[in-house]
Amino acid sequence: MSEQLTFTYTIDGNDFTRAGEASSSVKNKLKMLGVGSDAIRKVAIAMYEGEINMVIHADGGEITVSVSDNDITMVLADKGPGIPDISKAMQEGYSTAREEVRSLGFGAGMGLPNMKRFTDEMRIDTELGKGTTITMKVHL
Amino acid sequence: MTIREMQRALNAQFLYGEELADLDVQFVFSADMMSDVLAYGSKCSVLITGLCNPQVVRTAEMLDIVCIIFVRGKMPDDNMLALARSKSIAVLATEHYMFTACGILYENGLRGGA
Repeated sequence: MSEQLTFTYTIDGNDFTRAGEASSSVKNKLKMLGVGSDAIRKVAIAMYEGEINMVIHADGGEITVSVSDNDITMVLADKGPGIPDISKAMQEGYSTAREEVRSLGFGAGMGLPNMKRFTDEMRIDTELGKGTTITMKVHL
Repeated sequence: MTIREMQRALNAQFLYGEELADLDVQFVFSADMMSDVLAYGSKCSVLITGLCNPQVVRTAEMLDIVCIIFVRGKMPDDNMLALARSKSIAVLATEHYMFTACGILYENGLRGGA
């Protein structure tokens, strides 16, 4: 694979039941491209957490996934409220999710820590009231 | 332990995946919080949970889990089963509480994989 492949997804912020469809699609595409199963699992987990976060906190957004010979890059951009305190948000167990989100099995304060845990590089650009862009890389 | 053996030991209903019944599994994760499953369950092939919504199936898919066991009599709806079918994930449902279900499987040689 010498050219870079890019996939883009629009995430619907109003439909929790469909959250994860983009991650599922990326997982299948990476499988078809012959990417190793460990790398696929890392990408799938990190992107899925990010996708759930977008639905929970930011009313959706856009995810772009690029595949090159050396790495897989995920860019998750939303126009949500922004993250007031990134270091707090990175702490395991710290959550601002509503109770109804917890009853759905998320909002345990593991989302961002999990995204960091399963990727080789992660960068958060956020502005209050404007939105958040998270860039993650998994090396191949 | 195969999925069929788990089903018998837990007195569980096979809701989907009888054709997967002979798959052999070793490691199990149990939780109701899907974030915990994603964080710690990545080496497991079976998920035991009392949470019942489509994100359970999605979470299982991301981790390549081959069998979901719903405890406390939780019953997935048709949409969830259709999603599981499309991902070839077997689905069992047992009346046992989570602790008991885990204990039975542990007694039969299965282990946590974290």
